[in-house]
Amino acid sequence: MCGSTVGGLSTEGIDVSMETVIQGTVTREDGPVAGAYVRLLDHQDEFTAEVQTSATGGFRFFAAPGSWTLRALAGGGALGETGIQADTGINDVDVTVSST
Amino acid sequence: MSRQEVLVDADWAESHLDDPEVVFVEVDEDVYAYDSGHIPGAVRLDWKTELQDQVVRDFVDKESFERLLSAKGISNDDTVVLYGGNNNWFASYAYWYFKLYGHDDVKLLDGGRKKWELDSRKLTQEAADRTPTSYTAKDQDTSIRAFRDEVKDAIGKVNLVDVRSPDEFSGKLLAPAHLPQEQSQRPGHIPTAKNIPWSKAANDDGTFKSDDELKSLYEGAGVDLSNDTIAYCRIGERSAHTWFVLHEILGQPNVRNYDGSWTEWGSLVGAPIEKDV
Repeated sequence: MCGSTVGGLSTEGIDVSMETVIQGTVTREDGPVAGAYVRLLDHQDEFTAEVQTSATGGFRFFAAPGSWTLRALAGGGALGETGIQADTGINDVDVTVSST
Repeated sequence: MSRQEVLVDADWAESHLDDPEVVFVEVDEDVYAYDSGHIPGAVRLDWKTELQDQVVRDFVDKESFERLLSAKGISNDDTVVLYGGNNNWFASYAYWYFKLYGHDDVKLLDGGRKKWELDSRKLTQEAADRTPTSYTAKDQDTSIRAFRDEVKDAIGKVNLVDVRSPDEFSGKLLAPAHLPQEQSQRPGHIPTAKNIPWSKAANDDGTFKSDDELKSLYEGAGVDLSNDTIAYCRIGERSAHTWFVLHEILGQPNVRNYDGSWTEWGSLVGAPIEKDV
């Protein structure tokens, strides 16, 4: 299984103490954005994974400790980017998008 | 092969939705994607339950593939247009699979589901209704499929292209980062492999980059395009994307996809592995 599930996989049944979970919500002025594409980029800005946000704008990745960038692309050309320093366990981060 | 023969854009697709000789086929890992809305008239193929043998790790045999396509209402002389999510990973995999069983006329929708959605083009939840056919497949064309012993013999001789992300290549991650990292395989990559992530071949909207950009991508990374090439990833679907680029868009003659990929190689006792972290 290499494909993505909308919103990211559930953590149900997964030992999150062994994982570096990076999760959050994509929002814009009027609230959460469903169906946005969120990319996880590594410390050299290289593509590592992509998921589409859930109905409530949620996304989730399973990464490794270190520095990451989240880049979101939504309908109407809306873009947003946020950096995060992740540790083992749950790391929460939100991404705000706006049209340029 | 060339780009014009193997890729169609969304405008072409939209103008052929009612073409009786064109069948749109959606292939996703996320089984809910098709139900939430698909291109009008498109049928679904499930890469896991329909394209894989459910006991042995291998593809369904020729007879099962014939039964599957017959039931889906796909004929031998249909133009099959594949598309899907994940920047067409699984659609590329299905494309390679259709070629493996000898279907003549297969194309990919450039940008797949993502571009279609970002363009706000029409999606429907209405199930496709196609009349069953009598599909005939050919024997597997193993000139486009690599097996583990061939990969072992290829080390240092032919181009090995690892299309996973840099962190998977180095051994920092064991799976693409939308999946849990607890896996049974050993991390790393096959010795002499060049790391050219599949994502470098695609634009942000999921469409393929231009021929010139693609050629310089592989040559710039040290791939000798006059030599044979084997591409691999974790389970063979991202490498099918790269196989499509090299074999179908750029017309390289001898390119194979190693579908066993890292889930097989990283589990083999004694198989050589290089690790950078």
